[in-house]
Amino acid sequence: VALPLADNLLAARELMAFTLGFHIILSCIGIALPAMMLIAEYRGLKKGDEVALDLARRWSKAAAVLFAVGAVTGTVLSFEMGLLWPKFMERYGDVFGTGFAIEGIFFFIEAIFIAIYIYGWKRIRGWAHFWSGVPIVIAGIGGAFSVVAVNSWMNQPQGFRLDAAGDVASVEPLKALFNPATVYEFPHMLLAAYLVVGFGLASIYAIGMLRNPERRSQRRHRLGLLIPLTVGAIIAPVQVFVGDVAARGVADHQPAKFAAMECIYETGDNQTEWIGGICTDDEVKYGIGIPGLDSLLVGYSTSTVVTGLDQIPDDQEPPAHTLLHLAFDAMVGIGTGLVALGAWFGIAWWRKRDIPRTRWFLRAVSVSGIGAILALEAGWIVTEVGRQPWIVWQQMRVEEAVTNAGGLWWVFGGAILLYAALGTFAVIAIRRLARAEDEDEEDGGGPGGVGVPYGPTPEPAGAEAGS
Amino acid sequence: VSKADACFAILAVGAALYATFGGADFGAGVWQLLAFREKGERRDRINARVAHSLGPVWEANHVWLIFALVVLWTAFPDAFAPIMETLYVPLAIAAIGIVLRGSGFAFGHVFTGKGKRRSADVFAVSSLITPFFMGCVVGAIAAGDVEAGGSGDALGWIGPLPLLVGALFVASTAYIAAVFLLDDCRRAGDDLADYFARRSIAAAVVAGGLAAAGLIVLHVDARYIFDGLLDEGLPFLIASAILGLATLFGLVRGWARALRPLAVGAFVMVVAGWAVAQYPYLLPETLTVEEGAGAPGTLTAVIVVFFAALATVGPSLVLLFRLAQRQALE
Repeated sequence: VALPLADNLLAARELMAFTLGFHIILSCIGIALPAMMLIAEYRGLKKGDEVALDLARRWSKAAAVLFAVGAVTGTVLSFEMGLLWPKFMERYGDVFGTGFAIEGIFFFIEAIFIAIYIYGWKRIRGWAHFWSGVPIVIAGIGGAFSVVAVNSWMNQPQGFRLDAAGDVASVEPLKALFNPATVYEFPHMLLAAYLVVGFGLASIYAIGMLRNPERRSQRRHRLGLLIPLTVGAIIAPVQVFVGDVAARGVADHQPAKFAAMECIYETGDNQTEWIGGICTDDEVKYGIGIPGLDSLLVGYSTSTVVTGLDQIPDDQEPPAHTLLHLAFDAMVGIGTGLVALGAWFGIAWWRKRDIPRTRWFLRAVSVSGIGAILALEAGWIVTEVGRQPWIVWQQMRVEEAVTNAGGLWWVFGGAILLYAALGTFAVIAIRRLARAEDEDEEDGGGPGGVGVPYGPTPEPAGAEAGS
Repeated sequence: VSKADACFAILAVGAALYATFGGADFGAGVWQLLAFREKGERRDRINARVAHSLGPVWEANHVWLIFALVVLWTAFPDAFAPIMETLYVPLAIAAIGIVLRGSGFAFGHVFTGKGKRRSADVFAVSSLITPFFMGCVVGAIAAGDVEAGGSGDALGWIGPLPLLVGALFVASTAYIAAVFLLDDCRRAGDDLADYFARRSIAAAVVAGGLAAAGLIVLHVDARYIFDGLLDEGLPFLIASAILGLATLFGLVRGWARALRPLAVGAFVMVVAGWAVAQYPYLLPETLTVEEGAGAPGTLTAVIVVFFAALATVGPSLVLLFRLAQRQALE
């Protein structure tokens, strides 16, 4: 039975959103966790700090497991690009594809050097081992750039010319990659990855300290909290600045997205900035309005004219204004909260060289990780839902791109079950990894009895070495 | 040679590398699956041997798939879209197989006891499913089920040729994996060497038989490829047959060092012969390489990226393989 196309479109969008929303968390970990482990290793080598080296080794093992999971969820996405949006790939594959080809190199480098790094804990000594990890961090940044550049291109398409039939006649790949939105989308996403991992990792140690107060004074737990929290505290204010640039970029480049996420109905100056609330057809209900602030933020003056939804043709208006608006507010609100948390930590450290004494601080840190992930997802909802109904901004609508294949709701249901299992097992695996490390430590035994992907495996029984 | 031809060659190189290195990984999982009747302790040893041999090169082996996919959609978007629209069923199953394999692999390293065995089972079953359905995709393209600009019949791939190529993929991956595992066992002095030696020979015979049957079915269902294989592709087929027979001979005689390169050579020659036979068609016989190629600027970019990949990934891979070989020697 053929489903109506609109239904198919919704299923395809939900499936893409779900699998991408899942993968993006793992990508953030793949981008930023290696940096944390290198910071720890740097400290360990510089100061002869065994505890820091131990942290680096633990984090690298977690990174290996999550990298392996992220690799498969990423592979699924490259299948989905074609399976769900064949017409999009057919017409524009050669315009943005170069970005993914470059990403392929970075992914390769990442996969190779994460194996060398993990492998190298027993085989490569000192600074050489540290340097074997550096390509992972660089490849993470490069990979983020190439993928986000493609998304930016979908928001600000350029670098191609269409012929009379509407087919792509010529392409300038570099112009496509370096489009106006890349300038703000890429740094915004890169910093988001560091925030997710910074606060996420710190929150794990904060929860540990809340459950077992003795850990507060144990060096490994303190350092495990301090390294990522410091990174997060430094990055959070920078992200607010980049986010501000990005929001003004969106106002300039994609007025429809901006009007929908800020719930601006009528074009004009002195626009009210709404915090929270529900966006009905013609007004914001239950929100807190600050008169003139929106115009001030967009153009540094209350006389700045901001485009409203009245200027957007009905068939080009993004859907779900309330969702967009609340997602945007959630991202900004959480980001501001993370800046405040970082400032609290910074001031306390500056004055007393210690983590703030109150349990409320640890409580705040322990929810900051989830907060950072929520902000990340909210940000992507704004970007992606706000681009609708376009898959390529003002060039191709999502309904033109979607597949005719049936049964997508079943696939969506299956994907939810599969990814739920994947997520559950990943968490169990990471917990097991941590527990096994602790047990090894209590035994006073050597490093890690438990294996990790890419790591050296014990020679199987029955083998006589060296024959 | 046009830029489109160069991109077609790059695609073939990616496919050959994936078939070899990814194939060896799939096949190792197939041997885990086929060991289901072995007793507990021996089965654990086989699992451990497989995990040991996949070792650190696991992820790198599978990046070749991403590479081939990306080159396909970037350089040949007009071929990529109808393939995806027509063959979504086997492609989706292969994608699910990839998820299960990757997670079975990742979690199998961390879990112990029962969890480790379950992970190995998931890994093993998906190692059979994934190459089979990938083979179906290749077979369906060869049979002309995918037409330029069309979205084809969703179940058109259920035919003799796709199913046979699927089976051939499984047998070939099992064969190359058995040779790799045998080599690993010999280097480590593991007495499972004989176990894998017998299985290499069996897999070689099965794969050879399926390939012969495949030629007959090609004659009926994919005449263009059949003619191409016996024409431009013939030198490659002969080279593959010679290398394959040499491997078989070496297996029976207990050769050591030469086995791996011989088996890889036989494998690569088949992929090369196939690519030559299919040329100039991306989708036989409705879309040629020239017709399906993307914009010229993009083709240049793909070629540049390919050489950049060789320059950066090549040395890194060598470093990794040498580290992995050192593990095999320890």
